[in-house]
Amino acid sequence: MPTNWTIDGVKEALAAKKISARELTADFYKRIESRNRELNAYLTLSPERARRQTDRIDALVAEGKPLPLLAGVPVAVKDVISTRGIKTTCGSKILENYVPPYDATAVERLEAAGAVILGKTNCDEFAMGSSNENSAYGPVKNPLAEDRVPGGSSGGSAAVVAAGLAVASLGTDTGGSIRQPGSFCGIPAMMGSYGRVSRYGLIAFASSLDRIGPFASNVRDVAAILRVIAGRDPHDSTSTTVPVPDYRAELGKAVKGLRLGIPKEYFAEGMDAGERKKIEAGMEVFEKLGCQLVDIRMPHTDYAIAAYYIIATAEASSNLARYDGVRYGLRVDDESLLAMYRRTRGAGFGAEVKRRIVLGAYYLKGQKVRSLIAQDFRDAFKKVDAILTPTSPVPPFKLGERTDDPLQMYLADIYTVTGSLAGVPGISVPCGKIDEKLPVGMQILAGAFLEARVLALAHAFEQAGGAAV
Amino acid sequence: MKISREDVLRVAELAYLDLSEPELDTYRAQIDEILEYIGKLNELDTAKVEPMAQVLSGDQTADATLREDLIVPCAVAEDVLRHAPDPEPPYFRVPKVIER
Repeated sequence: MPTNWTIDGVKEALAAKKISARELTADFYKRIESRNRELNAYLTLSPERARRQTDRIDALVAEGKPLPLLAGVPVAVKDVISTRGIKTTCGSKILENYVPPYDATAVERLEAAGAVILGKTNCDEFAMGSSNENSAYGPVKNPLAEDRVPGGSSGGSAAVVAAGLAVASLGTDTGGSIRQPGSFCGIPAMMGSYGRVSRYGLIAFASSLDRIGPFASNVRDVAAILRVIAGRDPHDSTSTTVPVPDYRAELGKAVKGLRLGIPKEYFAEGMDAGERKKIEAGMEVFEKLGCQLVDIRMPHTDYAIAAYYIIATAEASSNLARYDGVRYGLRVDDESLLAMYRRTRGAGFGAEVKRRIVLGAYYLKGQKVRSLIAQDFRDAFKKVDAILTPTSPVPPFKLGERTDDPLQMYLADIYTVTGSLAGVPGISVPCGKIDEKLPVGMQILAGAFLEARVLALAHAFEQAGGAAV
Repeated sequence: MKISREDVLRVAELAYLDLSEPELDTYRAQIDEILEYIGKLNELDTAKVEPMAQVLSGDQTADATLREDLIVPCAVAEDVLRHAPDPEPPYFRVPKVIER
């Protein structure tokens, strides 16, 4: 049985009755069983829910009915996204036994489109981290180099797709948590514009930055998943009514003649030499595709990390106030209510989460600098159609290498937090491997709601051999 | 030094967060370094800059701000209580709040 399934491949195989949805899912569970113990990428499996869905799909096939876009496609969901009846821990002890009473809108839409949810993926606690080492349930290993981190915070969602343990997955991105693990695990990974995908059911970290988005093994599948989950949802007042195009239909659009900005500030010191070589080779691919590379300046880039951590931690402090042991999750009892709050939170949260709660006291200056960074992007998009940058300044680092120095860990998000702050869409696409081992990702950013352009560029790059530069 | 041990303790108190002695010391040092770094924002004159309170522009949120105030069924109370740490339907039980 093939291990490199695509969404189209699954649909064709089902329609031709080469395999049933049930058999396909069973095969994925078999692979998960053999590989997950070492990778630690799945936290919870949901075979019963998967079975109900495969029965539905197999019934459609038997009746000769048309199959929905994601019929029978085995997918995984990051454990900060609510799934009705399936444990959702956020990688935290404080929600160790939490079972949500409802589905996130993105999950509901995936299932309505025929996808089969295999289980929930490991992540940094409450999505706070860049290496997946802040999970209360242990780190995830990078399937391409097992002594390395898979990136974070959506490390599990990236790893399961890279290891062939799901065809696609959902992650969340607050400051790079989709794009960076996509880069580290050598697969395409996308966040749409802020407001593109409903956040309903996404357990909040930083509400003005959080976004749900897809991982898949190829850009075409990323486009398919985004199409399914995007669009207005009355349950999230920040989800927009901006129409959702058929992203897959837009993939073939010519990229020739597009002007691509190369911001000087993203190629400053601190960038790994091997990484730089690959990104430069990737840029040549875009030139060969007929794109015009334009040097641009984004003068406030250097302030992005500081602004980001102020805003993200302040919003997190506020969002995490709800974990008090009253309504759900862990409770550590005490005689008085306040002592019960303190003890529950002291015992339930891990080190990074506590650090950020304490840090979250400096907000307004951060929001002002955020305006300046958003203005940098608006200015740039007057001159260019999209922006190319590395996704990460460094390739996947070794497990344990950076855990003692939170500031160094924060600085690794330097290329991704800017797009998060500005609210624009971005993708990371594979751009070669250093020494044929460590994956590099190229980030493509465009103006708000120009997801189709981001995807068309990423697709053209992939088709032109960008992953092998 | 940007932040004292007492500052960390006070913020933790406000956040109802129990921190151990070693955690207090580690966080004080780490947060000091992070605040030092964040201090670079003061290089920027933001006196005339509006804070970015909204990510989406007005035309992107046209009908997203207001909706009809409709009552819709939401029958999850039983489910919610079943997973609560100490339920006594239809209530959540908590330690005594008011001392007589």
